[in-house]
Amino acid sequence: MSYAASADHHEPRSFWTRYVWSQDHKVIAIQYTVTAIAVGLVGLVLSNLMRLQLGFPGAFDFIDPSSYYQYVTMHGMIMVIYLLTALFLGGFGNYLIPLMVGARDMVFPYLNMLSYWVYLLAVIVLLASFFVPGGPTGAGWTLYPPQAILPGTPGTDGGIVLMLTSLVIFIVAATMGGLNYVTTVLQARTRGMTLLRMPLTVWGIFTASILALLAFPALLVSGVMMLFDKLLGTSFFMPAIVSMGQPLEHAGGSPVLFQHLFWFFGHPEVYIVALPAFGIISDLISTHARKNIFGYRMMVWAIVAIGALSFVVWAHHMYVSGMNPYFGYFFATTTLIIAVPTAIKVYNWVLTLWRGDIHLTVPMLFAIGFISTFVIGGLTGLFLGNVSVDIPLSDTYFVVAHFHMVMGVSPILAIFGGLYHWYPKVTGRMLDETLGKLHFWVTFLGTYAIYFPMHYLGFLGMPRRYYAWEGYEFIPASAQDMNAFITVAALTVGVFQLVFLWNLVWSIRHGKPAGANPWGATSLEWQTPDTPPVHGNWGASLPVVYRWAYDYSVPGAARDFIPQNVPQDGDTPVADQPVWEGHA
Amino acid sequence: MALAIVLILLVVATILFHFLSPWWFTPLASNWSLLDDTMDITLVITGAVFVAVNLFIAWMLIRYRHRAGHRAQFDPENRKLEGWLTAGTSLGIVAMLAPGLYVYSDMISPPADAMVVEVLGQQWQWRFRFAGEDRKLGLSDTRFISGERPFGLNPDDPAGLDDVLVDAGELHLPRGKPVLVLLRSRDVLHNFYVPQFRTKMDLVPGLVSRIWFTPTESGRFEILCAELCGVGHSNMRGMVVVEDETEFRTWLAAQPTFARALAAGAGDGADALVVKGRTVAQTRGCVACHSQDGSRSMGPTWQGLYGKHETLADGSTVLVDADYLARSIREPNAAIVQGFPAVMPPSNLSDEEVAAVIAFIESLAAPPAVQGQAK
Repeated sequence: MSYAASADHHEPRSFWTRYVWSQDHKVIAIQYTVTAIAVGLVGLVLSNLMRLQLGFPGAFDFIDPSSYYQYVTMHGMIMVIYLLTALFLGGFGNYLIPLMVGARDMVFPYLNMLSYWVYLLAVIVLLASFFVPGGPTGAGWTLYPPQAILPGTPGTDGGIVLMLTSLVIFIVAATMGGLNYVTTVLQARTRGMTLLRMPLTVWGIFTASILALLAFPALLVSGVMMLFDKLLGTSFFMPAIVSMGQPLEHAGGSPVLFQHLFWFFGHPEVYIVALPAFGIISDLISTHARKNIFGYRMMVWAIVAIGALSFVVWAHHMYVSGMNPYFGYFFATTTLIIAVPTAIKVYNWVLTLWRGDIHLTVPMLFAIGFISTFVIGGLTGLFLGNVSVDIPLSDTYFVVAHFHMVMGVSPILAIFGGLYHWYPKVTGRMLDETLGKLHFWVTFLGTYAIYFPMHYLGFLGMPRRYYAWEGYEFIPASAQDMNAFITVAALTVGVFQLVFLWNLVWSIRHGKPAGANPWGATSLEWQTPDTPPVHGNWGASLPVVYRWAYDYSVPGAARDFIPQNVPQDGDTPVADQPVWEGHA
Repeated sequence: MALAIVLILLVVATILFHFLSPWWFTPLASNWSLLDDTMDITLVITGAVFVAVNLFIAWMLIRYRHRAGHRAQFDPENRKLEGWLTAGTSLGIVAMLAPGLYVYSDMISPPADAMVVEVLGQQWQWRFRFAGEDRKLGLSDTRFISGERPFGLNPDDPAGLDDVLVDAGELHLPRGKPVLVLLRSRDVLHNFYVPQFRTKMDLVPGLVSRIWFTPTESGRFEILCAELCGVGHSNMRGMVVVEDETEFRTWLAAQPTFARALAAGAGDGADALVVKGRTVAQTRGCVACHSQDGSRSMGPTWQGLYGKHETLADGSTVLVDADYLARSIREPNAAIVQGFPAVMPPSNLSDEEVAAVIAFIESLAAPPAVQGQAK
């Protein structure tokens, strides 16, 4: 059934069907992006509040231990799930996948629209936990039982229930989205677009979507089981306990079971965040260095291998959990094995710069920043993956520094790079370059200043998730000075994000007109007949693909790039052949 | 160009930082020196890669920067180079994993002659138990736990009668002898962590976990909880005192056994009120912020508090008597001691409970040399 003949797809006409209840993947992508950025700003403010307490302990009366742990928890959950996952898959994935594979839209546009509104509902339920008695949960984003549902931890009245409910709703949205992205990549690629001609951005998001479909169910069941333990008095995770002097009715459950379920989800989750970032960075570097990505096929295999291996490393988060010690051998080995394809990706990004024609545009600045910070984050992962080396460092600030570098700095730099890179396609205008450079320098140097020294506080042995370290003799006073320095850096970086937000909004009207392809990129999204692309993306006929996505600086070519839909010499241009419209 | 220079400066700055910073591992006080060595190996390998990648990028940013007439080379792949890089990386991985797993196998194999010590954790304090002459710890269960029987030992198990109970947060150990620490929790997840010993492990309610180490240096070493366990997590403090064997034996002999605790019963008269006050303080979470051993915490320490003259936040002084304490419990932020944040939550204690807590605080006037005293 060809698209053009499909009777049930009309061009949306009213404001409401075009911009609100839209089934157009581009509008949905922007809805996801705006919502994710908005909730991310809440997460950023929460982190600044945490840093105020850590840098200047006791100076702010309203930050008591209870509130502090609520900030810690909500900051973590918002950033990992509601910002990073939603933005990479729902934002970048929705916008770029159909365009990059040459489709008119996702294969399930109605489901796509639903996924956004369910995501928004999840966000609302999550934020509602700030307004219930007892406030949001303060159990840490990992929500470990038994403490998450017992007195002594904030938010055990309503906050934890809303958190778990919100996660269940989010997983529904993520599943709807994931089905869309995977099916579209498999079924709706245009003629000539084989899997091994897809840009790495698509590979990254596609693999991440498969991971999401397979991993989120573990979080779903563990969340439901914890809700049952809390609301119905079951004992999935609750052994016999004397809580605050009171013996409880629970018995026989296993807290470690929750950790296995949570991390079976939680480890693939970090790759759900990292793989799209990897893909985006590959495309940013190749475009802005005018050079094909080095070792494209190895890059694809590395993404797939990392995705597959990500399911067998989870218990490296549990080396000191009290699980069977023999598991430590297995998980340390698999974790250090996963370092190999990851390292190959780093080498290939670096080798793409080798003998390139490097334009230090704002996207390229962020891409280089990504490599530098991701290398630190990845290398410190080698400490933590090696079971015995992990033991002294576990639950210290070394872990906090590691996961921020590898999840909170480098993917964020990839997001910024991607936004600066694709903004001209989405809006038809360039983001201001001076503001972009300012944003880059403060963010890059600032996050180094925040997280590099933090590793050393971890070496020292300062535990994480501490409200204060008053009176501990082994901690020198200089460590408190360092905490104050980190806080100042964090507040500075936080405030400077306003520069980026201003740029996003201001450039919609006042940015330099971009034209169709300001970066001279080869991938299909830059070859649309209209910029910004209109509904249906391609006009009367779908593009046809003749080459991979990395024909930059091809010897003998007139320009230093050849778009994917340009025929090879000697080919009959497909416009002379019967047009194939692809699937509905 | 600026970015290239910045990357070079970052490499220099991070190397300088590493060698100049005062923040490094605490001096090792246990047998796990091999762990420190593996840490150093890992640092050298990862450090070398970090420096090499950043400097290489910096060089390329200069050498291959865009300028008029410059064009990139078309270079899709190089299987041989990729092969070498993969092999080299795998070698580096093995160089770290091998010593790591070797040390690990040692860490999970306690020596057969290790002395057994139990650490019992709860929100938010530590208790300890030794096996006594029979070298067997008695059975325990949550159903035997009460305010007066915090360890939950089964009174019908003869093996438990000679168990030595340390109801205070200070654990003594003999220097040079391996110790197998069994970890038990009454309520939620905790983690027993002494930075100088390097090893740590979660306490998990419903199971018994373990670590082992040999203390090699005499001294006082702080215990920290390293698994978020609620609002008192950062105040769940304890101390490990490592000393000569003879001093240790003297200390151990002065600690009560379970048999003696059973015989003593619940106490009567004034003592009962103190015991009740201690129970209330523990179960209602006061101990999360108020230490009983003089150490500084979120709130004023209770040791020596009763009868003291304190300076309040507004500069005035007050005698800490029953009236002041009662008011502080009922209206926490009315008269805060200077230097402490106004973060104490209201506790809704009954009059009887308030009186009991005050009796307990009053009992903490003496320094902690007296054994069996509430701590």
